Amino acid sequence: MDRKEKRMKKYIGKRLLQLIPILLGITLLSFLLMNAGTADMVDVMESRTGAAFTEEQKQQMREELGLDRPLPEQYARWLVDVFRGDMGESLVSGQPVFQAFVSKLPATIYLTLTSVLATILLAVPLGILAAVKQNRLLDYLIRFLSFIGNSLPNFFVSLLLIYFFSLKLGLLPVMGSSGGWKSVILPTLTLAISMASKYTRQVRAAVLEEMNKDYVSGARARGVKERKILFGSVLKASMLTIITLLALSVGSLLGGTAIVESIFMWDGVGKMAVDAITMRDYPVIQAYVIWMAVIYVAVNLVTDLVYHYLDPRVRLGSEDA
Amino acid sequence: MEEQKITVRKQKKIRDYTKWKMILFGALAVGVILVAAFAPYLTPYDPYAQDLTQALKPPDRIHLLGTDRYGRDMLSRVIMGSQTTVFSALLLVLVITVIGSAVGIVCGYYGGKIDSFLMRLSDVFLAFPGMVFAIAVASVMSGGVMNAVVALACISWPKYARLARSQVLTVKSMPYMAAARLSGSGTVKIVLKHIVPNIAGPVIVTAVLDIGTMIMEIAGLSFLGLGATPPAAEWGSMMSNGRSMLQTSPWVILAPGFAIFLTVMVFNLAGDTVRDILDPRRQGRKGGGD
Repeated sequence: MDRKEKRMKKYIGKRLLQLIPILLGITLLSFLLMNAGTADMVDVMESRTGAAFTEEQKQQMREELGLDRPLPEQYARWLVDVFRGDMGESLVSGQPVFQAFVSKLPATIYLTLTSVLATILLAVPLGILAAVKQNRLLDYLIRFLSFIGNSLPNFFVSLLLIYFFSLKLGLLPVMGSSGGWKSVILPTLTLAISMASKYTRQVRAAVLEEMNKDYVSGARARGVKERKILFGSVLKASMLTIITLLALSVGSLLGGTAIVESIFMWDGVGKMAVDAITMRDYPVIQAYVIWMAVIYVAVNLVTDLVYHYLDPRVRLGSEDA
Repeated sequence: MEEQKITVRKQKKIRDYTKWKMILFGALAVGVILVAAFAPYLTPYDPYAQDLTQALKPPDRIHLLGTDRYGRDMLSRVIMGSQTTVFSALLLVLVITVIGSAVGIVCGYYGGKIDSFLMRLSDVFLAFPGMVFAIAVASVMSGGVMNAVVALACISWPKYARLARSQVLTVKSMPYMAAARLSGSGTVKIVLKHIVPNIAGPVIVTAVLDIGTMIMEIAGLSFLGLGATPPAAEWGSMMSNGRSMLQTSPWVILAPGFAIFLTVMVFNLAGDTVRDILDPRRQGRKGGGD
């Protein structure tokens, strides 16, 4: 146990070190991207305020903002600011971008968690059921449904759900995060339908793989009841894979909510980013891209570490083979 | 012994329909591509002709899928839209397959510094969740389907690079590689004759399965206003423009929506079947599906 902990510590250290170039890459890429546009901040500000600046005024503003410096220097200064939590001000509202991002993050996290919960409630039982009834009618039905879910883009799913549940049946509010618990149902369902379609198949595959192992045949031969094999051994063994899959989905969900948030007027960071795109509010987009990537990397890292810690079969440090 | 017999009988019952599935779904996929190719000749009306007296007519015999708010025929626009969406998705998949595999082959074959540099680079691209980076790229480049394609290509190539690299590493250790090198084959010949054909299977499977996903993502970017821009007939932007009319004229949304759904479904079905045929790991456990 002691040796394991030592190795675990070493592994965590190694993974944290690997994180540095990735974080630098994320920031560099986002920085370059926002500087790749033909119009710089001053031009955007000019067209936004409607004021016509003279070339000299523009030049002065560029100097104030440090836009006349060489790119590497600009990047270095900007990076220091980013780590201080200063990502500039929104070109539209004039408010600090980082604070705006932080204030909208809880709504996105809330939606993400309800969606993951709904995905678990849908995908795990359906996946297990499909595996147990492999190649029977129920299995085909579940696989057929997951196939349909996989072929539906989530903006279409959300519009269909709004059409039926809000407009036709009048059961649920169409939009907004202010309508209490009812308003979270449709966006959650939208995200859960596409996620569950994907994960039902993977849960099914994980359970099937475990059921095809020799010890299951052994238990069957000894006359152990099917139910006991399933709940006692098979599910226990495949749970680790399933939990890892779902934890990884949290990260991709955080980034995948943009369209759904903007359709349902859900006041999270995704909607903030989509609104910023139409207004060409580059600092906001930049903050969104960087922090989403950082959160995603962090969630994946934690998942990976927990997986390594829990699974005795995984040899530490052998992942880059 | 009895248990054994039952198993044998069961195995006989599962027939292999893979070949027939391939013919059916392959034909459907080709059909969709043909519709997209000849879209301008298949539309019953001009997809851009406005007729405000006919605005927002529900589906009837004259306009099978109804009309939009400018009185444009929805069926014509949906058919026309297939061209934009399907061809940009095919182009996108082709580009990322070629670029990604090329990077992967270089990495796997040469190894060393270039390998670690390119792999770190792909790590950075993979660190952006889902569409987040594509949204940023597309927003900087200000609209247009081609920009949506570039944006999605940026985030999608690393998957292929990693796949091709791992395949090359497996192939490289095979005895026939040493034999090829010993018999004096040059790098180009080894790559083209021995590596590419041997790694093609998994790469093609991934590519075909990606077509449907890419159709949805291109349509998604257009829906956000980051891909095709209005008047252009494109499914995603048609749905986005019809959003406010969901209650009064749902066909404006449903027609392009189901067009995306059915097209993606056809390509996914074809992709699944190609996987069953090409992926050697799945041989022998067909019928098990996933």
